[in-house]
Amino acid sequence: MISLAGRDILHSLEKFVLTGVGLGLLIGVTLTMAGVYRGMVDDAEVLLDNSGTDLWVVQKDTLGPYAEPSSLEDDTWRGIRAMPGVADAADVTYLTMQVQGIEPTGLRDVRSMVVGIAPGAPGTPGWPPYLIAGRQITHSHYEVVADIASGFRLGEQVQIRRERYTVVGLTRRLVSSSGDPMVFIPLKDAQQAQFLKDNDAIVRNRARTAGNPALNRPGVPGLLDAVIASQSTNPYVNAVLVQITPGYTPDEVAASIRRWKRLTVYTRAQMEDILVKKLIATASKQIGMFLVILALVSAAIVAFIIYTLTLGKIREIAVLKLIGTTNRTIAAMIMQQAVGLGLIGFLVGKIAATFWGPFFPRYVLLEPADTARGFAIVVVICVLASLLAIRAALKVDPAEAIGG
Amino acid sequence: MDKPANQLQKQGIRIEGLKKRYGEGDTAVDALKGVDMQVAPGEVVGLVGPSGSGKTTMLKCLGAVIEPTAGRMTLASEVIYDERWKISDLRALRRDKIGFVFQAPYLIPFLDVTDNVAILPMLAGRPNGEARKRALELLEALDIAHRARAMPSQLSGGEQQRVSIARALVNRPPVILADEPTAPLDSERALAVMRILNQMARQYETAIIIVTHDEKIIPTFKRIYRIRDGRTEEEAGEGRSLQ
Repeated sequence: MISLAGRDILHSLEKFVLTGVGLGLLIGVTLTMAGVYRGMVDDAEVLLDNSGTDLWVVQKDTLGPYAEPSSLEDDTWRGIRAMPGVADAADVTYLTMQVQGIEPTGLRDVRSMVVGIAPGAPGTPGWPPYLIAGRQITHSHYEVVADIASGFRLGEQVQIRRERYTVVGLTRRLVSSSGDPMVFIPLKDAQQAQFLKDNDAIVRNRARTAGNPALNRPGVPGLLDAVIASQSTNPYVNAVLVQITPGYTPDEVAASIRRWKRLTVYTRAQMEDILVKKLIATASKQIGMFLVILALVSAAIVAFIIYTLTLGKIREIAVLKLIGTTNRTIAAMIMQQAVGLGLIGFLVGKIAATFWGPFFPRYVLLEPADTARGFAIVVVICVLASLLAIRAALKVDPAEAIGG
Repeated sequence: MDKPANQLQKQGIRIEGLKKRYGEGDTAVDALKGVDMQVAPGEVVGLVGPSGSGKTTMLKCLGAVIEPTAGRMTLASEVIYDERWKISDLRALRRDKIGFVFQAPYLIPFLDVTDNVAILPMLAGRPNGEARKRALELLEALDIAHRARAMPSQLSGGEQQRVSIARALVNRPPVILADEPTAPLDSERALAVMRILNQMARQYETAIIIVTHDEKIIPTFKRIYRIRDGRTEEEAGEGRSLQ
């Protein structure tokens, strides 16, 4: 038996292809939305993987350092470093802010996550694990390693708050959970960037401190200077990143730190949970809603097109039934057409999503499993969408082919 | 089904006391009030009558599309209706034993000429190659084989009607029901179609019933059933030559 659906599609190829392309663009958007979600999850995982960390030690009872503010004294790492099972520990600060590119590309702002990394060597927790160009930070101040997504180039001058830095290295796929590229700078610079105020604010603050009789007692020389000095330095970091010694489990080292340092400690799995289930939960729900709406719109389009095409063939269907075509053959014809439309749409959608994905500002991860799931969903939607047309076709009376 | 076609077709079609009532009670309408008809294999008869006389109802009953209310129908020696359908698969009956030719050809627009004809044997489970071979033989006989690969939209009205005749004949049915097959054609083409139908009826020993009120072709029938108020009267036709 010949394929009636195939022949009909070939006969109306232009109409089918144009409809399929329209549907495909919609499917492409749907796949891209799924890819954006996967990209967010992947960004979160890459963020954790690339931090080179087994444990995150943060301020007690906070979800820091990514999901909530966290503040620890910058010498906390020393005590942790000395604990059993700890191979290495280092301070880190995270600050999302505008980093201004200055030369040679001209003034432009880049939303970035500025990461303050402790002095050390490659492999120190928090350091970028690999570079694609340039070198790691070797000076104590004013050097930057930036993610390539920031658009900064080697040798470029960038401004963070009041200081200028030189880009000495470039890395890749190091972004925050919001998709902002990471910019690594020395820890001391980062601490200063977090708290350093402008000159006017400093003058006003000093005047206010000097005006406080409790901090400026005539009988205690040097008190005011000591207070002002303490106000102008920032001894805090957001977290201590810990690498554990082989042979220890993250949970036992974490339990030890919690017990003796009275701080909150997260393992890799717990931190992933925070990032995926808490930090990007709202975004993923929003994307989920879009996916549902897009699926419904796709179904409505397929149903409308197939229903319209079927109504245009009522007389032919009546003739087919009159000459002995079974309902199953007619239903299969309509269903195959709907699935054919879906196949064209899926092919176009997949190509479109693959083509335009890299142009999105956020990382779009098109996973083969999502593609397979998307394909299955498209087929199911097309089958369901064809039911309306099949119902109309099966109601056609073969007697309609005869006389009036 | 496995008997030779000629043997099956020996009896043509015989209708006795066929009745059809639409509706019930006060609103009931008797469209057919006891119709008798017999058409032998190879014979072409006309079924004529004014609008509303019951022609289309009779055609639908003969085509096993609607169920009569009473009567008896015998097709190729097989009783297909006797107060109720005697055949369980009416779809297969229509496919294998009744050919249809419509006023408009109603070809399937997305199939070429060959497949428009071959689709019937294919539906009957014949292999595609055999079905197409049989279709091409008929197209050859109907002098339309040169358009075998054309799509219906590329054919003239007369060519389309010849293809629809080939489709009606392809399963070698004992009877063909033709509903106003010449209505949209001019005199010359209408007579050409009648020539073909008569020739095919003789060649394939098929009984052909043509419903018409086309004055151009009524004189060509040797026998006419005139239907009036749901009853038929048999009368001799002029039998004018089609040559």
